[in-house]
Amino acid sequence: MPTPPTRVLVIVPAWNEEANVGATVAEIRDSAPSFDVVVVDDGSTDATARIAGDAGATVISLPFNMGVGGAMRTGFVYAQREGYDAAIQVDADGQHDPKDISRVLDGLALADISIGARFAEVGSYEVRGPRRWAMRFLASVLSRVSKTRLTDVTSGFRAANARAIAQYVHYYPAEYLGDTIDSLVAAVHAGLTVTQVPVAMRPRQQGVPSQNPLGATIYLGRSMFALGLALVRGAMMSRRSAH
Amino acid sequence: MVFFAFALAIVLLAIVITLLLRRQLSEKYATLWLIISVLVLILAIFPGLLDGLTAVLGVQVPSNLLFSLAIVLLLGVGLHLSWELSRAEDELRRVAEEAAIARSRIDRLEDRLRRLDGPTDSADAEPGPDADHD
Repeated sequence: MPTPPTRVLVIVPAWNEEANVGATVAEIRDSAPSFDVVVVDDGSTDATARIAGDAGATVISLPFNMGVGGAMRTGFVYAQREGYDAAIQVDADGQHDPKDISRVLDGLALADISIGARFAEVGSYEVRGPRRWAMRFLASVLSRVSKTRLTDVTSGFRAANARAIAQYVHYYPAEYLGDTIDSLVAAVHAGLTVTQVPVAMRPRQQGVPSQNPLGATIYLGRSMFALGLALVRGAMMSRRSAH
Repeated sequence: MVFFAFALAIVLLAIVITLLLRRQLSEKYATLWLIISVLVLILAIFPGLLDGLTAVLGVQVPSNLLFSLAIVLLLGVGLHLSWELSRAEDELRRVAEEAAIARSRIDRLEDRLRRLDGPTDSADAEPGPDADHD
């Protein structure tokens, strides 16, 4: 019995990534030719939209910058409307290796959401100081919440099946870290399952990541705040549904 | 001091009503401001009310009561505005989402239309830089 063809949408949120987006889209189309690629142009002021379109992606141009969360929600709404069976987020900056797309998607055989994790065995991705503590702490709390061992919950390289897409369309926060932590907590509280797949993370192709101590400390504080809110919200929601 | 409060209330009332008449302030916010200005007006006309209220509540100086009331009121107004703004931002986000998806679909449809129209009269559809000029 032939299995029905799985339609997969690759969502690439991009904000002023004209230097990288063309190569990223081309690479995705090379390594996963059967998948559709949609670039959500997050209010870019440069040529991101045109370059993405020329590279063969469907382009959704947001009228103003809404952050990764806003861009991803738009992508999920599009995926649901067009009836895709699964969607996977790949960042435009080239940090996610498109060759790993199928590996992350394979995780959907085990769970509704599959995260491509950067610290799990493969690769040499490293962060230090407060940022590392924050990531460790978030991972340990979310592992407990999701009842699975997760090591990298802030990774944006993640896949969702149709159930998870529906949940994301219902609730996908635009706030800081909402696209990774809050959305994951909300999904788990809604009864979805999570798994993680080890992937190698590549260095940014262009530009610099924020790694100074002050930035890292602010990151720590904000991530605690976001996580605390998400957990309390989840507890309230599950109590309400129990009644 | 009493005259000042009276003038303030009148000016506030005048501004709120003018904005309302010009449709520059929606009723849900105007109601709150109307209530506030009427309260100030009442206090200005009957200063004795404030003294009485101060005695009843056990506050030592009438001005303390006035200031506390004003602070609490402004806190409430500020919080309400933040709440409304958050809702408005969320709605704006959803509208932007819809607009972006719709635009993407229109682009694709126009592209298909262009390709459908294309082969039949491609010769006249795309004239050279100055083909039609003389």
